Amino acid sequence: MTNYIKLIALGVITLFALIAANYARDLAYLVNALTIALVSGGLFLWVLRHTDEPEAGVDLSGEYLDGVVRAGVVATCLWGVVGFLAGTFIAFQLAFPQLNFDWAQGYANFGRLRPLHTSAVIFAFGGNALIATSFYVVQRTSAARLWGGNLAWFVFWGYQLFIVLAATGYLLGATQSKEYAEPEWYVDLWLTVVWLAYLAVFLGTLVKRREPHIYVANWFYLSFIITVAMLHVVNNLSIPVSVFGSKSVQVFSGVQDAMTQWWYGHNAVGFFLTAGFLGMMYYFVPKQAERPVFSYKLSIIHFWALIFIYIWAGPHHLHYTALPDWASTLGMVFSIVLWMPSWGGMINGLMTLSGAWDKLRTDPIIRMMVISVGFYGMSTFEGPMMSIRAVNSLSHYTDWTIGHVHSGALGWNGMITFGALYFLVPKLWNRARLYSLSLVSWHFWLATIGIILYAASMWVTGIMEGLMWREVDANGFLVNSFADTVAAKLPMYVVRGLGGVMYLTGALIMCYNLWMTVKRSPAVEATNSAVPAE
Amino acid sequence: MAKKPQQKTKEVETTGHSWDGIEEYNNPLPRWWVWVFYATIVWGIWYVIAYPAWPLVNQATAGYKGWSTRANVAAEIEAAREANADINARLVSAELEAIPADPELNAYAVSAGGAVFRTWCAQCHGSGAAGVKAGGYPNLLDNDWLWGGTLEEIHTTITHGIRNETDPDARWSQMPAFGEMLEPAEIDQVVNYVMSLSGTPQDAQAAAAGEQIYLDNCAVCHGDAGEGDIYQGAPNLADAIWLYGGDYDTIRETVTNSRFGIMPPMGGADLSEAEIRAVTVYVHQLGGGE
Repeated sequence: MTNYIKLIALGVITLFALIAANYARDLAYLVNALTIALVSGGLFLWVLRHTDEPEAGVDLSGEYLDGVVRAGVVATCLWGVVGFLAGTFIAFQLAFPQLNFDWAQGYANFGRLRPLHTSAVIFAFGGNALIATSFYVVQRTSAARLWGGNLAWFVFWGYQLFIVLAATGYLLGATQSKEYAEPEWYVDLWLTVVWLAYLAVFLGTLVKRREPHIYVANWFYLSFIITVAMLHVVNNLSIPVSVFGSKSVQVFSGVQDAMTQWWYGHNAVGFFLTAGFLGMMYYFVPKQAERPVFSYKLSIIHFWALIFIYIWAGPHHLHYTALPDWASTLGMVFSIVLWMPSWGGMINGLMTLSGAWDKLRTDPIIRMMVISVGFYGMSTFEGPMMSIRAVNSLSHYTDWTIGHVHSGALGWNGMITFGALYFLVPKLWNRARLYSLSLVSWHFWLATIGIILYAASMWVTGIMEGLMWREVDANGFLVNSFADTVAAKLPMYVVRGLGGVMYLTGALIMCYNLWMTVKRSPAVEATNSAVPAE
Repeated sequence: MAKKPQQKTKEVETTGHSWDGIEEYNNPLPRWWVWVFYATIVWGIWYVIAYPAWPLVNQATAGYKGWSTRANVAAEIEAAREANADINARLVSAELEAIPADPELNAYAVSAGGAVFRTWCAQCHGSGAAGVKAGGYPNLLDNDWLWGGTLEEIHTTITHGIRNETDPDARWSQMPAFGEMLEPAEIDQVVNYVMSLSGTPQDAQAAAAGEQIYLDNCAVCHGDAGEGDIYQGAPNLADAIWLYGGDYDTIRETVTNSRFGIMPPMGGADLSEAEIRAVTVYVHQLGGGE
């Protein structure tokens, strides 16, 4: 019966997508509509061929749903490589503008590729890592199979469709021009549907858990899912110019729009890249270290402090703009008060290892997790510092900001994800161990040196251009033209690009290592039955 | 960090729960963490009293320090204006030609003019003022002047601009597109002749044949010997300095379709008279001033 409902729904969607493609007012919309028609049409045929087949009738409720986590691990690796490659390429585009090829103008110039890079690493790589690990962690720590049957698979494939629609839209020029919220209205609507399904799967699994308490990692994952839903909906409130076109007009305008955007933008950092990844940290670090978490009290206090304070810190992105001084003050104050709540996670991560420090010598995965938590601590100190108005007047609009973001993204988000992937692959594919620990060491050092080159070159060039912009002579006149500051940055841009090459190489080594783990490592018996820990 | 490495003594208990094998110690909050957290909160409370912070019905609290970004900027701009008011007045009232001879005024004009140049002029002429040949933006470092290189002439060019619709006093001239008047063979000949004025033509025979065409069509503006005419902005064709490029193809393009370089007027709303005079002196002293 459900198959008939599915067939009707898929048929209607295919029809509407084809009508939309027929009336499309722009290329991005046309390509997106055809993509949707292809996907829903393909699904229609697939469902049709499987309709009226007898049900297998096996009770899977005692087993974890790990297929979707395996798919998520593959997607994380794939999108990671795509995102790092795009980032490395645009880094060289900035150093050598000739790489904005004439034949690719309007498709592959910096302006089109930059949102492709940021969305690929944050939402495609980071998002898939978060969805996959949260599905793994919530099942293990709740001793329950994912709620909702195949809804988790809908979340996975729906999210991949969102990524493809957004990415092709960027290349063809569909954008709302809001940083980290570039996808246009219909892609936003689709993501909302997928995200609510994600929330339902996660909450449903927590509700039917067979452990008495909810583990701390799940608080963080849940806060991430709920807050991102809220941020996404409010920041993307817009009215399409036509239902047959990708262009839409924002509901807010002027400084209200800017404030909404950075309330969203900062909390994309706060809840997507911080809270979500802290959820990852709280499961994988104690598992890999085989040590209890350092302090339960600290985890409660820093969780609630982080949640309450982070949401107000957005205005520090708009110091010295049309934003009123009062809002700027509050953003700065909340950013600084946020320092210790952020560090609570770092303390809990690092102190969990006390008593197991010797593992740093022998276990490169632990090393990866430790340096990840270290970069987390560094970025969450640097951030509050840069939010101070006096510091911000120097750092704002410079490459220092780019360096700050990347020490967090490459160091914290990237490294903890790599650590989680190294932990997960042998477990998910029932292998005794990783294919090669020395390749993990290679990955560790390439990534670490890459990040250091990146961050150091951006500190130098950011502070340099900040100082050049404000340099005045004895009579109070500006000394440098903007073009002078751009020219002075070339060497640092090359170093940054090399850092990107190293980081990308490390990720490729990881993909090879994980692939060989699945292909070559000795198999062990599956352990995916849902049994409570006590 | 925590002074007592308590978990090593194994006296600290876990909370008693276990999730997939993960337990949690019941360690207290690190004291330094708590105190730094309190300190940031106390500092934050002071800061929101001292600075503008809380939105009320009609306006936000101003803070007891009376601090405001807009007021600060206005004060800084006013202070800079006041500090330079006297010398700006001297700059405006002085004879243009006399400024370079006055060391104090000249030094001031060059530093102020350099700042104006880097903000308003560098986009086209380059931050080093060497021009951009691909766009036909003149080099200001040499002493080859389209509309004249004295202080007065430079001042007029900067104030009113060139071939713009905005300023009725803009400098104006227009080269015809000879593609509509001459045969392709004749264009080839005259292009070769023009090349021969400052170097070697592509085709010496054609160049010889081009002389008469040049004298009939081009000499009226560019002069019999190609020396140009600053009164109508006609470039010198004999000095091997090229606005758009001196190779055969570029000259052929120029002759066939003509050129129409535009410069916006900087007088009026954009720059004050003192700023225009300063940047005039700056450009004049770059090396090519007459």
